[in-house]
Amino acid sequence: MNKKYNGKKITMAHGSGGKSSSDLIKDIFVDTFNNDYLSTMEDQARFDMPKGQLALTTDSFVVSPLFFKGGDIGKLAITGTVNDLAMSGAKPLYLTCGLILEEGFPIETLDQIIKSMQKTAEEADVKIVCGDTKVVEKGSADQIFINTAGVGVIEGDVSIHSNNAQVGDKIIVNGFIGDHGATIMQHRAELAISADISSDCQVLNHLVQKTLNLPGAIHAMRDATRGGVATVLNEIAQDSKVSILVQEDSLPIRIPTRGVCEILGLDPLYLANEGTLVCVVDKEYVDQVLKIMQQTKEGENACIIGEVFDSPKGVVALNTLFGGTKIIDKLVGDQFPRIC
Amino acid sequence: MKYVDEFRDPKQAKKILKEIEILCLEIELSEDRPIQIMEVCGGHTHSIFRYGLNQLLPKKLDFVHGPGCPVCVLPRSVVDNCISIANNKDVIFTTFGDAMRVPGSKQSLLDLKAEGADIRMVYSPLDALTIAKNNPEKRVVFFGLGFETTMPSTALSIMQAKKIEVNNFYLFCNHITIIPTIKAVLDSPGMRIDGFLGPGHVSLIIGTKPYDFIADEYHKPLVAAGFEPLDILQSVWMILKQLKNGEAKIENQYKRLVLDDGNASALDPISEVFELRDFFEWRGLGSINHSGVKINNKYRDFDAEVEFKLKEVTVTDPDVCQCGEVLKGILKPWECKVFGKECTPEIPLGALMVSTEGACSAHYSYGQNIDLINKK
Repeated sequence: MNKKYNGKKITMAHGSGGKSSSDLIKDIFVDTFNNDYLSTMEDQARFDMPKGQLALTTDSFVVSPLFFKGGDIGKLAITGTVNDLAMSGAKPLYLTCGLILEEGFPIETLDQIIKSMQKTAEEADVKIVCGDTKVVEKGSADQIFINTAGVGVIEGDVSIHSNNAQVGDKIIVNGFIGDHGATIMQHRAELAISADISSDCQVLNHLVQKTLNLPGAIHAMRDATRGGVATVLNEIAQDSKVSILVQEDSLPIRIPTRGVCEILGLDPLYLANEGTLVCVVDKEYVDQVLKIMQQTKEGENACIIGEVFDSPKGVVALNTLFGGTKIIDKLVGDQFPRIC
Repeated sequence: MKYVDEFRDPKQAKKILKEIEILCLEIELSEDRPIQIMEVCGGHTHSIFRYGLNQLLPKKLDFVHGPGCPVCVLPRSVVDNCISIANNKDVIFTTFGDAMRVPGSKQSLLDLKAEGADIRMVYSPLDALTIAKNNPEKRVVFFGLGFETTMPSTALSIMQAKKIEVNNFYLFCNHITIIPTIKAVLDSPGMRIDGFLGPGHVSLIIGTKPYDFIADEYHKPLVAAGFEPLDILQSVWMILKQLKNGEAKIENQYKRLVLDDGNASALDPISEVFELRDFFEWRGLGSINHSGVKINNKYRDFDAEVEFKLKEVTVTDPDVCQCGEVLKGILKPWECKVFGKECTPEIPLGALMVSTEGACSAHYSYGQNIDLINKK
């Protein structure tokens, strides 16, 4: 970062479109994101149409705290959009970066976040090709909001849809669930809980691309962000008009995450993840998909957690460790910790 | 996870379930109906559904979900009072999370928060006290609710506030007591409960002696029970054993935490800060004598009822609600006229649909379709 920004804060001038704006854009964004599409400083990025079906998505990121164990808002802003593209089987190509900054936000912190975005973009092999920055008065926003949109290409005859789960399919997750949600919880100062957990925040596009080498193996796929694995399973069961039965004893949950959930009365199935996918796999290919995943860093703890049945349609159930069965419904609102 | 998994061992469960099944066959009731065991505490209801215990137990045994979900039994007038307090511009209103969604007669705290009121979720009354220390220009109110389980921490926070002279901290006290409530259930017409799972956390505070009247006067067994699935199964087994032998005793399954005399260090602050109210209004059960506490004169400077000049208002539940009958075990949740129709977790009419520990909400979320799945 240019030394002139040491100790400096974002002012309304940085969003005015004048010299302060263009200096900030050049010194912080263009230098860091560093690619030919952006460096032209046009009002738009231009690129040739790739062959295949285009996939387009957008996501906004607001998180408190901005920095947490295993990630930060910048990393999230890339993984979120890259993963949303990847879940269709698309290869993510280009991202945009829209920022809303609160007046008084430290420029050094902004620089840290932008560098984290670039590092994650490099890991995902995508380029951040255009952007926009607005500054709002102090109190009108909470520090920094980021929006990223992304475009990717679905090559060949890949067909992954949430309405495509078939009876007999197996449900696979790529690793431990609930870590992101539990990490954010323990960062919130008022809780005074400390546990050795970090966010699972990671890009999943390379993992997904590898599984596409088995054509037709994956029928449906979603990343289990807000609402967690339980919500994604409900969406797939409803869209595909099938029933999903999950085995509690096969759910991969780290002990510290379980501990946080036990103390607060939360269910890890509903905790947010930022690098965890749920995929519905043709039973013929299950072993091969698992093997492919387990050979990657993102999927080394991949495992089967359940199976697709015909009915009752749209319903997700769980066989408990204890031998009982319960329905895993969608949450009405947020999960609230229980009184006692 | 150590000290947790031991209490969730499916192999042990199978053994106890087998014995429970045999006991159920051996018990003869005077009328043709299932054996009814009331779990008084919402925490037990939560565990029963979480582990699917109701699916594992014999059909001849029914759980009746009792009044021990403090959120569920909050009357609408109390929520209305919370809203009138939180509406003051200089107030930071603090509450446990699950009280946020409880509907008042017009809106919930969650609705009011969306309109801009400063309402914050806390995990302990001490967090609320910290907020008061950090915001001396504001009046910080803690919404105290729950049975004897949460009373000691509230009492200690008030004592602490007095000691360190925090003058902008207030308690809106809606704590309730368990014994008069169980008595009200036992006295209600049509009551047909055969035994009680005693609330484990409350018993940890008050001990088991206060339950003696249930055995002595009403001749019903009660077993103070822990919250893990094996705790609950063992307690059910203990109740059935008594029923089979024609006994009615107060027993303690939760011996690793509960002492017969309770916990003196928790009981002392309760009697230091609180005194019994003449009566308290319950959602679904109506007014029960001496079933609530308020701040005593010594600590009245911290009483939100005094500071905000709150009036006792009674707002009755909608006529169609049958929460009372469900709470007393006369109706099953799905037998209520409005269950799943006018009353759902999204738009709860009655108390029992509000919290995930409420019997109706639990049945609505977990109960439907379960038989279809069990056929697999």
